[in-house]
Amino acid sequence: MSHIILDANDFGLSFLGVGDAGLTGVLGYAVVFIGLSLLLAVLLISGSIFKAKAKKAAAVVMPSDPAPAPEAKQAPGSAGEVKLFDVPDKEAAMIMAIVADKLQKPLNELRFISIKEIK
Amino acid sequence: MDIIGTLKGLLTDSGFASLMAEGGWQNLAMIVIACGLLYLGIKKRFEPLLLVGIAFGCLLVNISWFYSKLSSGNPDALFHQDLWDAFLDPSSPAYHSYGTILAHGGLLDILYIGVKAGIYPCLIFMGVGAMTDFGPLIARPSSLIMGAAAQLGVFIAFFGASLIGFTGAQSASIGIIGGADGPTAIFLTTKLAPELLGAIAVAAYSYMALIPMIQPPIMKALTTKKEREIVMKQAREVSKTEKILFPIIVTIFVVLLLPSTAPLIGCLMLGNLFRECGVTERLSDTAQNSLMNIVTIFLGTSVGATMIGFRFLALDTVKIILLGLFAFSLSTVGGLLVGKLMSWLSKGKINPLIGSAGVSAVPMAARVSQDVGRRYNKNNYLLMHAMGPNVAGVIGSAIAAGFLLKVFGG
Repeated sequence: MSHIILDANDFGLSFLGVGDAGLTGVLGYAVVFIGLSLLLAVLLISGSIFKAKAKKAAAVVMPSDPAPAPEAKQAPGSAGEVKLFDVPDKEAAMIMAIVADKLQKPLNELRFISIKEIK
Repeated sequence: MDIIGTLKGLLTDSGFASLMAEGGWQNLAMIVIACGLLYLGIKKRFEPLLLVGIAFGCLLVNISWFYSKLSSGNPDALFHQDLWDAFLDPSSPAYHSYGTILAHGGLLDILYIGVKAGIYPCLIFMGVGAMTDFGPLIARPSSLIMGAAAQLGVFIAFFGASLIGFTGAQSASIGIIGGADGPTAIFLTTKLAPELLGAIAVAAYSYMALIPMIQPPIMKALTTKKEREIVMKQAREVSKTEKILFPIIVTIFVVLLLPSTAPLIGCLMLGNLFRECGVTERLSDTAQNSLMNIVTIFLGTSVGATMIGFRFLALDTVKIILLGLFAFSLSTVGGLLVGKLMSWLSKGKINPLIGSAGVSAVPMAARVSQDVGRRYNKNNYLLMHAMGPNVAGVIGSAIAAGFLLKVFGG
């Protein structure tokens, strides 16, 4: 094979002796090991930081004695409080909707105490 | 019009006449080799995405460039080896002149500029980075040691090549075949020994395709049945933040350590950052699909174009093919031996079969670990565990190439 001039340096263009070739090989393998070992150390450190963070986050999310869920805020208005006298639920709902409509106010801003049928 | 003269001119100028002239038999032999490589790529599916392009590039150059037309400059050739020889000759007026290549070169000469300037291998690396999940490596960083160990073949083959008469730069380019990483092999060879590029690229990609045949006998020979049956525990889950930080940390750390690795590591990690950062989906998609495919076409055909008969048909090519196999096998041995050591140190928690995946060749080598593992234990799923050493091998071979470039580069 014809030998042409390359972009290699003088050492690259020369024929290496056993000693030079062996030394270069050993040094190269060592450099790969050292490089990846140092990277391993960096990853172990960053990994331990992230593992600790994840552990901490898990502890915050799942405490050993979970606090009772806060009571749902009751909407202001009549829900569950209005007293009905001889008025079925359906008619009471209709009456409350009509009143809200007439007053031009949202139903949850109104408070109904009782609805009674006048006989 | 002189019809007879024109017909005579057409006949003497034709490639058929050139095949019969001095050196024509070499082109003929290369046409047969190109057809053989096409058969392997298409029918046997040996790394078809690259081998088909390489084989066709080889075919194109050997039907358009002829030794007998060297004095006339081969005006119809798609690739001009003589122009590239002048490009590398400091005594030539065309030394390092891309202008000369653009003015006098053919289609494949112009495409080859991307190889010579080291653009294509780096862009391929960007695509590889965008396709690679480094999660298994982050979850088990000790995989890096297997990736380092699996570079054994690189340096022993380098030593062997030096002993049988190759120069230091050529030996380095031959040795890197053991890294089982095509783009890295092409990158380093283009810089150090471009006259060997065709042989080294064919050897590297052929052996990568032959991994399922080369590695299993070595894996079986170096491990016991008990070791092959080891079931590994699932690795920890890796957070999104860790995956985003990984390419940044690796780039800063490795490039500061060995600046000559910057083109390969930089592109690999940029592609991976596109994938992981979550705000560049379009770029990640382009890097791993469109860009990768376009560059693969350019890289394959232009590397194939360097396989010109008068240079490729030499005893050195046979030596390179044999040294490449030697390098590949020894890299597998290196990964397996450290895998065994880690298995012993971890008291049987690590299956040594994953060590062989340290030879890069993503994800083929990891798949071989999985297949061999399942052959001995049907419930063993080693694929994700083997991906750790596999991607560590990519970083390892880039560092090995960076070292060799530093030592022998101009």
